[in-house]
Amino acid sequence: MTTPLPPPRKKDPVARTRAPTQPPGNRSREAQGLTAIAAVGRFALQCCADCGQVQYPPRQICGQCLGDDLPWRDMDPSGTLLAETKLHHANDLFFRDRVPWRLGVVGMDAGPSVVAHLAEDCRQGDRVNLSLNLDRSGHAVMNARPETPGPDQEDDMQLRELSMDPKGRRVLIVNGKTALGLALARSFKAAGAREIFVGQAEPWKAAPAFEAIKSLDGVTTFPLDVTDTDSVGELASVLSGKVEILVNNSYHLRPGGAVDRMDMNVSREEMDIHYFGLLRLAGTFGAAMRGRGADGAHGACAWVNVLSAYAQVNNPAFGTYSASQAAARSLAQCLRAEMAPGGIRVVNAYVGPLDDEWHQMVPPPKLGPDTVAARVIRALQQGHEDLAIGAVAEEIAERLAENPKEIEREIKL
Amino acid sequence: MSRMGYDGIVVCVPVTVPYSRYSLRSAHWFCGRALADLIAGAGVAKADVDGFCISSFTLAPDSAVGLTQHLGVSPRWLDHIPMGGASGAVALRRAARAVQCGDADIVACIAGDTNHVDSFRNTIASFSQFANDAVYPYGSGGPNASFAFLTDHYMREFGAAREDFGKLCVAQRDNALSTPHAMMKRPLSLDDYLNARPIADPLRLFDCVMPCAGAEAFLVMSDDRAKSLGLPHATILSTIERHNAYPEDPIQIRAGWAMDVDGFYDHAGVGPQDIDFVQAYDDYPVICFMQIEDLGFCPKGEAASFVREHDLTTAGDFPFNTSGGQLSVGQAGAAGGSLGLVESIRQLTDQCLGKAVDGAHVGLASCFGMINYDRGLCTSAAILGRSTR
Repeated sequence: MTTPLPPPRKKDPVARTRAPTQPPGNRSREAQGLTAIAAVGRFALQCCADCGQVQYPPRQICGQCLGDDLPWRDMDPSGTLLAETKLHHANDLFFRDRVPWRLGVVGMDAGPSVVAHLAEDCRQGDRVNLSLNLDRSGHAVMNARPETPGPDQEDDMQLRELSMDPKGRRVLIVNGKTALGLALARSFKAAGAREIFVGQAEPWKAAPAFEAIKSLDGVTTFPLDVTDTDSVGELASVLSGKVEILVNNSYHLRPGGAVDRMDMNVSREEMDIHYFGLLRLAGTFGAAMRGRGADGAHGACAWVNVLSAYAQVNNPAFGTYSASQAAARSLAQCLRAEMAPGGIRVVNAYVGPLDDEWHQMVPPPKLGPDTVAARVIRALQQGHEDLAIGAVAEEIAERLAENPKEIEREIKL
Repeated sequence: MSRMGYDGIVVCVPVTVPYSRYSLRSAHWFCGRALADLIAGAGVAKADVDGFCISSFTLAPDSAVGLTQHLGVSPRWLDHIPMGGASGAVALRRAARAVQCGDADIVACIAGDTNHVDSFRNTIASFSQFANDAVYPYGSGGPNASFAFLTDHYMREFGAAREDFGKLCVAQRDNALSTPHAMMKRPLSLDDYLNARPIADPLRLFDCVMPCAGAEAFLVMSDDRAKSLGLPHATILSTIERHNAYPEDPIQIRAGWAMDVDGFYDHAGVGPQDIDFVQAYDDYPVICFMQIEDLGFCPKGEAASFVREHDLTTAGDFPFNTSGGQLSVGQAGAAGGSLGLVESIRQLTDQCLGKAVDGAHVGLASCFGMINYDRGLCTSAAILGRSTR
């Protein structure tokens, strides 16, 4: 049985706020391969191209035939728990603050024995499933859970250190005036968020989505214009110490590129919202969130950027939009590095065309806002860092990995 | 081809540089003091020692090479054994062959480490690539966590109880009470053992060695040389070493000794029934149980009942870790791998610091080391005999 997560309590102002620390993050180059796999939520191990031997821990030479071609292959994550322990003592500050801590050795059906973090409701001899998750240091770790998950399994305190589960946490959704903002608010509420703060820019402009958001329970709305440094700063002074998950979902899409539509105003607006908007949010909310990265079971944990898949490769039909998204993506990588010491994870969700008024002329497949929201929630619950949402974004990710020049020449999406 | 014996080669001058929990001194100091004690004990000049076998975790950035300049020695034979707890018997067998072949006349086998306040943490935080990548990030429990897994699995697989491990630890503490440099000075009761502070389930405090600073050392030379120097010495009946044995076992229930045990006794010309005392590697009691089984004193899985049926104190019917072992004396880093060997030499040459085993003629010392990922990789062992010449 997993102990249910206690509800968040009002903070004792004289109690120590647990300082953010990180689990050991020293990894070999080979082991970084696991990090790339965990970031996108896969489970893969090195498998010898010559003899098929599955290898773990990662290495450069096959432990069976000495071959050196060890590609990562998706792998059956099941196994049997051979041994377990509960640590009461640790030499590292991160774990010292969190003992007792459960660990196990899993004999994988695929062959290797794996040391893994262990869910509360696993016992020696049990069948378990492994997953690769990013820990608070941003590196991949193995995580063992029962083959048949029990009730409240997402409440497992060790799992919450690996995930960014919205349950019991306070969420800021930056833009509440779009269908995506509404879908996110509803989904976070359904996922058990404790409070949802929602921003609106240009309050004189009515938006049906925002009216619907206001009628939701547990939602508070605030004026927030990401193009206005004072507006962002004012909201941060009220909320930055409370926000545990920040979702930057503002976007401003206009068709057109550089040669055939040289429009400085539109291009500047795109940069102001996507790039400078993220910069303003990072500069005002970042430090406070980073300081609360270890603040109990409901501490700050994630910063989500909803970015266009065109941030990764320019779509000339939306040329300047793509460029501003690329700028935001680069800044998000900087943010990821700067938030890391607090254990705050930066999640980049790359979306394909949404089914909204600005994508009218784009052919399907187009994404419904509910799909985007559901994938964001799942990534937070499962601890993924980079997600491609929808067929278009997935194809872009695959083609980029395969041949970046091909997609640059002809994106066709 | 049958293995050559170690005829004419002896081991002598058991030295222990007394242990301390922490020390400001360096590993170089501990190794240097050990050498000073070795030459004083042997009555030879520093230059007479022309071979060195060094084992240490905390010499870094130096190796045995740097140590030669520190200590002002010019050996013609030098070895550095990075095998931690398995280094003792490995050093012995290499040194013995070097002397036998004439590559060196007197080899000093020295294992020593310091222990600064942060040494242990630093050692386990960068122990091996596999440990860095696939163990240390999981709770950073170090060897406590690794042996907790092995103990948990062993207990369930073979039905050993905490009380069985406790009996061994209590007996070793009893043995340690007469060892002057033992870190643990007070008797241990079974209740103390069972109710100690939990460290990593099922391990509690007295299942775990205490890291400390110190050194263990001995000399290897020809029996003629030992006799001419008037040194009490022991003979070498057999030795073994093995690395990464049984990689197919999903979790460690046995180690390299089991692969080599038959040849080990054949080579020595004795059997388990002829062994008068056993000095086993004992950073955690479960590995003692595996040694009792793998070295042929009882079948696999029956060490618990073996321990229940025998008295492991120095005066008992199965004298075991007669100085108190690492569990009671302390684990001075790599010196832990030579502690049992040095105690064996003392027992067989009537130079005991503590209690002597009555009528000890043949003793076995075994060593274990290097949890590289999920199991200890290195095993070694030696059977020594009382010299009749």
